[in-house]
Amino acid sequence: MEILNIAVKLGIYAVMGGILIFALGVVTLRSLFHCALCLAAALIGIAGLYVALQAEYLAGVQVLLYVGAVVTLVIFAVMLTEHLSGKTVRQNNSQSPLATLGLLGFVALLAAVIVKTPWPVTAEALKARVSVMGLGEALMGTYVFPFEVISIILIAALIGTVIIAKKDKAEGQS
Amino acid sequence: MTLIPLSHILIFSLLLFAIGVYGALVRRNIIGILISIELMLNAANVNLIAFSKYTSLAPETGQIFAFFVIALAACAAAVGLAIVLALYRIRKTVYTDEVHLLKW
Repeated sequence: MEILNIAVKLGIYAVMGGILIFALGVVTLRSLFHCALCLAAALIGIAGLYVALQAEYLAGVQVLLYVGAVVTLVIFAVMLTEHLSGKTVRQNNSQSPLATLGLLGFVALLAAVIVKTPWPVTAEALKARVSVMGLGEALMGTYVFPFEVISIILIAALIGTVIIAKKDKAEGQS
Repeated sequence: MTLIPLSHILIFSLLLFAIGVYGALVRRNIIGILISIELMLNAANVNLIAFSKYTSLAPETGQIFAFFVIALAACAAAVGLAIVLALYRIRKTVYTDEVHLLKW
């Protein structure tokens, strides 16, 4: 049993490392199509992390919404604007050293804070399990107002996207 | 049930967030910036789930917040990519430093 626990922990750390490597691929690769594929891999890894944290329903939503919808959308946008992004075009601006320096400071500061803070990890929270039924009851009870607001935002984004992306009449004639 | 320490997950999501910020600062392509923003939102989601698992007294709360973040991220991606397509049609570019109409 002990060796099984160690294997599970090592697996979680391996998934974390894989996610970070794919995330680095997302921000450094030259071809945007490869970036989108790396993003899909990183998102699937994060879904695995959700499973390890016992949020199985959220892992399913993550795979459906992010890997299924958002990555597909990104790949479509890459294909529609493709002939600009040739191999010779520079993909990064000249802020890379400055950004690296600033972010290293940011990460060092926040990591020191995270390590020093005594997190209130309670035993009853570790024991609690969230069921899909509990999530639905919370969504329809305590959080019913944000739920309605998010539905309005979704319909507004849907209509706005169609209006922004459709072809103008005057432009179509010219 | 085995769980790794909370601080390890927090440091992991901090690194993921930092990678996302780096991409958003450094990329020239608008689509690359949008992808980096998705990475940052995911780092925030990992934090929410970890806190809801480890410390919360109402364990649904963190997951509900993560749902809202995912829905808003999908909206942001759709609207952002629509703007990219409109920009590409009008200005024939997807590079941020070539769009300087409002820049001083």
